[in-house]
Amino acid sequence: MITKRIIPCLDVKDGRVVKGVNFQGLNDVEDPVKLAEFYSEQGADELVFYDITASAEGRKLFTGILRDLAEKIFIPLTVGGGINGLEDFERVLQFGADKVSVNSGAIKNPKLSGEAAKRYGDQCVVLSADVKRVDGGYRVFAKGGRVDTGLEAIEYIRRGVDMGAGEIVLNSIDTDGVKRGFDLEMLEAVCNVVNVPVIASGGAGCIDDFVRLFKTLPKVDAGLAASIFHFGEVSISELKNTLADNGIPVRR
Amino acid sequence: MIVIVDYGVGNLFSLKSSFAMIGAPVLVSGDEKEISAADKIILPGVGAFGDAAESLRRAGLDEALKRAAGDGKPILGICLGMQMLFDRSFEYGEHRGLGLIPGSVVDMRPKINRELKVPHIGWNALHLPKGPTGLFKYINENDHAYFVHSYYADCDSRYITASTEYDIELTAAVARDNVMGCQFHPEKSGRVGLSILRAFCEM
Repeated sequence: MITKRIIPCLDVKDGRVVKGVNFQGLNDVEDPVKLAEFYSEQGADELVFYDITASAEGRKLFTGILRDLAEKIFIPLTVGGGINGLEDFERVLQFGADKVSVNSGAIKNPKLSGEAAKRYGDQCVVLSADVKRVDGGYRVFAKGGRVDTGLEAIEYIRRGVDMGAGEIVLNSIDTDGVKRGFDLEMLEAVCNVVNVPVIASGGAGCIDDFVRLFKTLPKVDAGLAASIFHFGEVSISELKNTLADNGIPVRR
Repeated sequence: MIVIVDYGVGNLFSLKSSFAMIGAPVLVSGDEKEISAADKIILPGVGAFGDAAESLRRAGLDEALKRAAGDGKPILGICLGMQMLFDRSFEYGEHRGLGLIPGSVVDMRPKINRELKVPHIGWNALHLPKGPTGLFKYINENDHAYFVHSYYADCDSRYITASTEYDIELTAAVARDNVMGCQFHPEKSGRVGLSILRAFCEM
């Protein structure tokens, strides 16, 4: 049986791991390669790296870090941040990324997921969406969750999958940084319309939040979190033991 | 010397890095002479079967691989590289493989519960019907490996050295004497994957 995945997310800026609370107030955490090795040893099933640098130098530095990481860590690596075209896919795939996550790039260019899927395969394209409740509906936000695009989120995600996105990262802005659990309602709305893996993001505060996620929504494939892992509030090995005790299939 | 066959299909960075990690020198090459001179061969592959098989043939590497197999050199196909060891694949039409192991590569979709997602992506447990020998001498029953595929090898159980459950038992690894293959990605399967590659290096 396929296992549920636990995915630490590392936001990288100028060569360092940072984590925003509600996307603001960034705190420096640690060296990305060291942190990634630590997580891999603890049993992380996959790692996500977001490049949140805006400059060309920052991008170069990030690609170098990715190469250093991929030389040492042998679990799937997903890379996102600044992916606006096929040349960005190429840039990160050649240094060991397995999947590429598109967010703002897919909002700006709705054809990007489809073109990338055609060239690299569906399994390589991850559509990451920052979603927030507005006027009783779900809206897609751009620019790290700061700008309301006006796009209806569930339809936007469904279309992304139709075009070739092989996986969805659903980040709820409403629960992000709040640490009171994943946005089960929003996740269910997405799981109901897509048949590709859905990764829950935003809101995990403790081990029980992951247990509740997988028990309530068996269609969710993975849970992603950052600060609770970075600050040692939740240990991945302990988390996986608790999931296994609750009958949830995990890799140990 | 171990040669990783480079025929323009997929990305070899992680595979190269895995061998560096276990301290085994490898050469990445698409040159027929270098491949023929290898002691051991890795046949990687990602993408569609038809294109990949055609790329191999166009580069004249199919014959080199068949000769190496006949000479008893250890060959390890990975993912699509494993699928190419078989007679044929039914991925988008019917395509001829290397024919080193009898069997066909077929779509899992009609065979499994429709609720299950395809591709089969993620970590799944390995069942080792022949026990922890050969490639698997350093790992255990139920260790997990990382899979990404929609097609699987349908072959006689005598060739199956590992399987994994996804509603049905999918072929996870095969061997016919010196010709071996794994459907999962050892270069992405953490400690388990590196142990499998180490076992291959020691053959």
